[in-house]
Amino acid sequence: MKAAVVEFPGSNCDHDAYEWSSRLFGLDTARVWYTSRDLAGADLVIIPGGFSYGDYLRCGAMAARSPVMESVVEHARRGGLVIGICNGFQILCEAGLLPGALLRNRTLTFLCREVCLRCETADSPFTRAVGKGGLLRLPIAHGDGNYFCDPETLDALRAEDRVAFRYVNPRGQTDEAWNVNGSLDAIAGILSEDRRILGMMPHPERASEALLGSRDGAGVFESMMATMGGTG
Amino acid sequence: MKARVHVFLKEGVLDPQGKAVASALRTLGFEEVAAVRQGKFFDLETGPLPAGEAEARLQEYCRKLLANPVIENFRVEILEP
Repeated sequence: MKAAVVEFPGSNCDHDAYEWSSRLFGLDTARVWYTSRDLAGADLVIIPGGFSYGDYLRCGAMAARSPVMESVVEHARRGGLVIGICNGFQILCEAGLLPGALLRNRTLTFLCREVCLRCETADSPFTRAVGKGGLLRLPIAHGDGNYFCDPETLDALRAEDRVAFRYVNPRGQTDEAWNVNGSLDAIAGILSEDRRILGMMPHPERASEALLGSRDGAGVFESMMATMGGTG
Repeated sequence: MKARVHVFLKEGVLDPQGKAVASALRTLGFEEVAAVRQGKFFDLETGPLPAGEAEARLQEYCRKLLANPVIENFRVEILEP
């Protein structure tokens, strides 16, 4: 089992993602620069957070059109696992691998805080160890995390059980006051049609060891490990 | 060729920046301001393009990079052929 962390100019969670994958979960993990088309035989591709290309044009727009993304699209077409966190989620949307877009936060401010999430489906390689209804406390750090899609896409996401995480209050209920960035239907993370790609705004990689205050994010990686170790 | 490409949010897409600008204008005493939608434009200079193809080519720039079709519409304007 191998992983690759894709790095763009302006990525700033690439080291966190690398530590998450290599040190905490023991995967042979490559760091792949955006000009490369070689994903080093990875089973799992991690698109980390940050501000690729300084968020020029639109968040994730430039990165989505860089050479490495052609290989990521190819990897995804073959059914390979892809997780995009924060800016990684924005990049996956811009690349057309996930539907919708991330707009400016409703507050118009950069939000750097902890949020409560509810896992909405156990039926994915990223959430099976978390379980439907599982509550997580994870950090967010973004200015553009306000998920948006057209009504037909939203219907499809709901009908196909592709909403992975929603923002909730500490009791686990959807609550507009806790949908801090104003996301449509309080959506914090979504799955691709084949369920092999996850995009999420909160940072599980920053909350996967007790030393950092929370292990809640570890379940996401444990799910991926179980998937790759099991069905490949 | 010189061209200007306008990119603006589709109707129905939340525009928190536009809302904030509208509210700021009202605060300044321009109470008649009902709504603001914020967009952007790009001024482009290119090599020569056959007159019949320029517009289609610019639209391709928009679809491939300048606009995100999920949230944005665009309009191209040729300033100098």
